[in-house]
Amino acid sequence: MLAFVISRILQSSVVMLVVTLIAFSLFRYVGDPVLAMTGQETSVEDRERLRTRLGLSDAVAVQAARFVARAASGDFGISFRQRRPVAEMLAERLPATLELSLVSVVFALGVGIPMGVYSALRRDSWLARAFQVVSLVGISLPPFLVGILLIFLFAVLLGWLPSSGRGAVVSLGWWTSGFLTLSGLKSLILPGITLGLYQMTLLMRLVRSEMLEALRTDYVKFARARGLTNRTVYFGHALRNTLVPVITVTGLQLGSVIAFAVITETVFQWPGIGYQFIQAVASVDIPVMAAYLVMVGFIFVVINLVADLLYFWIDPRLRAERVVTAGRLT
Amino acid sequence: MVNTDISGKGNVMTRRPVGRWMRVAMFAFVGALLLLPGAAGGADGKVFRWSFQSDVLTLDPYHNNETMTLGFLNNIYEGLVRRGKKMEIEPALATEWSTRGADVWRFKLRPGVKFHDGSPLTPEDVIFSYERARSETSDIKPFVDGIKAVRKVDDHTIEIVTDGPRPILLNSIARWYIVPKAWFEKHNTVKVHKLGTAETNYATLHANGTGPFMIKTRQPDVQTVLVPNPGWWDRTEHNVSEAIFRPIKADATRVAGLLSGELDMMYPVPLQDVARINNSGNVQVLQNPEVRTIFLGFDLHRDELLYSSVKGKNPFKDRRVRQAMYQAIDIKAIREKVMFGASRPTALLIGPGITGFDPALDQRLPHDVAASKRLLADAGYPNGFDVTFDCPNDRYVNDESICQAVTAMLARAGLKVRLNAQTKAKHFQKITAKDTSFYLLGWTPASLDMHETFSYIAATGSQWNCGGYSNPKVDGLLKEIATEVDPRKRQTLITEAMRLHKEDIGYLPLHQQALAWGVKRNVDVVQLGDNTFSLRWVRMQ
Repeated sequence: MLAFVISRILQSSVVMLVVTLIAFSLFRYVGDPVLAMTGQETSVEDRERLRTRLGLSDAVAVQAARFVARAASGDFGISFRQRRPVAEMLAERLPATLELSLVSVVFALGVGIPMGVYSALRRDSWLARAFQVVSLVGISLPPFLVGILLIFLFAVLLGWLPSSGRGAVVSLGWWTSGFLTLSGLKSLILPGITLGLYQMTLLMRLVRSEMLEALRTDYVKFARARGLTNRTVYFGHALRNTLVPVITVTGLQLGSVIAFAVITETVFQWPGIGYQFIQAVASVDIPVMAAYLVMVGFIFVVINLVADLLYFWIDPRLRAERVVTAGRLT
Repeated sequence: MVNTDISGKGNVMTRRPVGRWMRVAMFAFVGALLLLPGAAGGADGKVFRWSFQSDVLTLDPYHNNETMTLGFLNNIYEGLVRRGKKMEIEPALATEWSTRGADVWRFKLRPGVKFHDGSPLTPEDVIFSYERARSETSDIKPFVDGIKAVRKVDDHTIEIVTDGPRPILLNSIARWYIVPKAWFEKHNTVKVHKLGTAETNYATLHANGTGPFMIKTRQPDVQTVLVPNPGWWDRTEHNVSEAIFRPIKADATRVAGLLSGELDMMYPVPLQDVARINNSGNVQVLQNPEVRTIFLGFDLHRDELLYSSVKGKNPFKDRRVRQAMYQAIDIKAIREKVMFGASRPTALLIGPGITGFDPALDQRLPHDVAASKRLLADAGYPNGFDVTFDCPNDRYVNDESICQAVTAMLARAGLKVRLNAQTKAKHFQKITAKDTSFYLLGWTPASLDMHETFSYIAATGSQWNCGGYSNPKVDGLLKEIATEVDPRKRQTLITEAMRLHKEDIGYLPLHQQALAWGVKRNVDVVQLGDNTFSLRWVRMQ
């Protein structure tokens, strides 16, 4: 077990080092930040002075080493555009993204699992077929289109929900929350659905197919033979066994929900880290872009690591016969 | 526990109290929600909400020479003079001025003006503002360029000493805002903190001006709330009790915000949405020509182009080639199909609204593909040639579409143009490094004067003269224009310089783009030609 944990952590560190170096390479290939920062009228000498001050005239290897060393201690430097520490800017925006991600995951689980269960149990009913159509739409429509359609319907035509922004937020220490005001909650609905729609349809399809498979297994047949009610069979046995992959997928999807909120946040002008990233791209604010990449890489690595370890812990077979099953599961 | 208890009465019994607690908690939660105030905003009075595609970069008026930022800050800070509804210069913190000799300007400061923190405006503030504006890290140095000194005469009078005659001094200083010395010293922010430095800077997030509005709260990139300054020196024309600014980057979302009534005003309106917004009933689009001119530039300097099939010579050095390209462009088609009618074709590098504009000169060469082919054949390129065309895709209105149209039009005359459209950061990096053969650029002079445009893009060796255009006669005229005080003589010189450039086809002018603001029909705003927006004229019904 310990050897397994250590090897996973080592692998993760290598991944993080590579991600950090890729993030650093941004500094060299995405346009000249000095030009983006200065006005059209700034003189050539002023530009050169700024370039030196930003450390952009040093050797590449020196810059790379400096970047990795600082990133390891959480220091990503100063934003070119806002002139504030990048770490502080990310911390300020993180609550917005995490709350949005939470709402979208709750939406995906709360709607996706019941839909999946229903369409597995009543496979031929018209509602199950309708769910299949919905899931096809959710899988195939890109989020920016879904977002704009929702805005058009609920904000412009019906006028029920705000079209953009976070509404009023309440500060709780360094955390800002939209859960405590009416306008904050209303503002969460449309982006939450937009961001969660894909995960919802994914979960629905997963639960449906896992459930169908589970219903064919021997233990379900045996449970029926024991005379258990449908409810106990479906929810106590079949669903419980389908939940293991669901948990894994949800965990991994949580990472992509946080990381890929970029589009949803841009469409809804959501003041989270994804939108911050887009703004950084537009103004070639490389420290922010690099920090975002490293952070997203970190979130993925941590979630993968935790999922691996949880799997190890949840699945007794893995502990008992690691040699046999590890190849398949890790 | 055995799990065969079928409907499990015990189960239900244990579940009920939990359910009750849940319900109580839910009611409490919903109740709390209803008690909390909804969206921010004054209960009485008029809250004005507006949006632009990007945020104000900083609250420090010396930090960034960007049109939108300086326009926004004019609500908070003011200069000695300001621009009126028609962009005319009018008195602001100075009530009157006179020249004493060729290079001394005497300004009378307006009595009784107070900054938002209550401190009075003094000549020391003006002197401090001058020193700060011309300091090494200031980004607005060009505005006070040519001012040698600012000195105090008495408690209500200052003198500005210029480096020789400065006919456009008042135009240059309209966006140089006066800041309070004591406040900047108290908050240790005298030095303009230049891009990329680690020090924190109070003035980028706080403001203390003399203007009609004060900052109430500011969250960069999220929202900025302004309230009227009750002690403003001028008669209040607006009737706004609170103004909320939110940047919204996505075009569709900004349009939706306006259509759903969450915004009272937003800009820019994407041109393809203009008709839809005008038809929506309670919102309309205000369109007027902007003072920005869009034009094409050529590499006129190298002996062989960097990006062309022609080797050993530079076809653009031949005026006939440039004229062939000029006449191949159907500017009416660009106006109708690409700009949805929202552009003003031009033959000059400046448009109406810029000092020096001469309508008599503003006549384009006719669109004539046959003539283009003939000119190319005469110049020795009967089969045309290949060239790469550098274009931004996120800077000007429909810039990439304009470039695509130009590419297709030049193809009709026989030129094979490879379009290289990219983001503005990459584009400007490439063209200012003179790493280009053929490119698109737009220019607005902040002083609204022809001399500024020409000295940046047409004077020999100037910074944004990316193709190396050079005409010694134009250079000589520009020197005279800079110091000529008599407006009529100055206009003659300007007209001559523009005529020479037009003859040369140093640049190929396209059009002045139009401003497009979406505004609720029951709100009155004043649209300025440099696309800046002032709260002081907003009237809400």
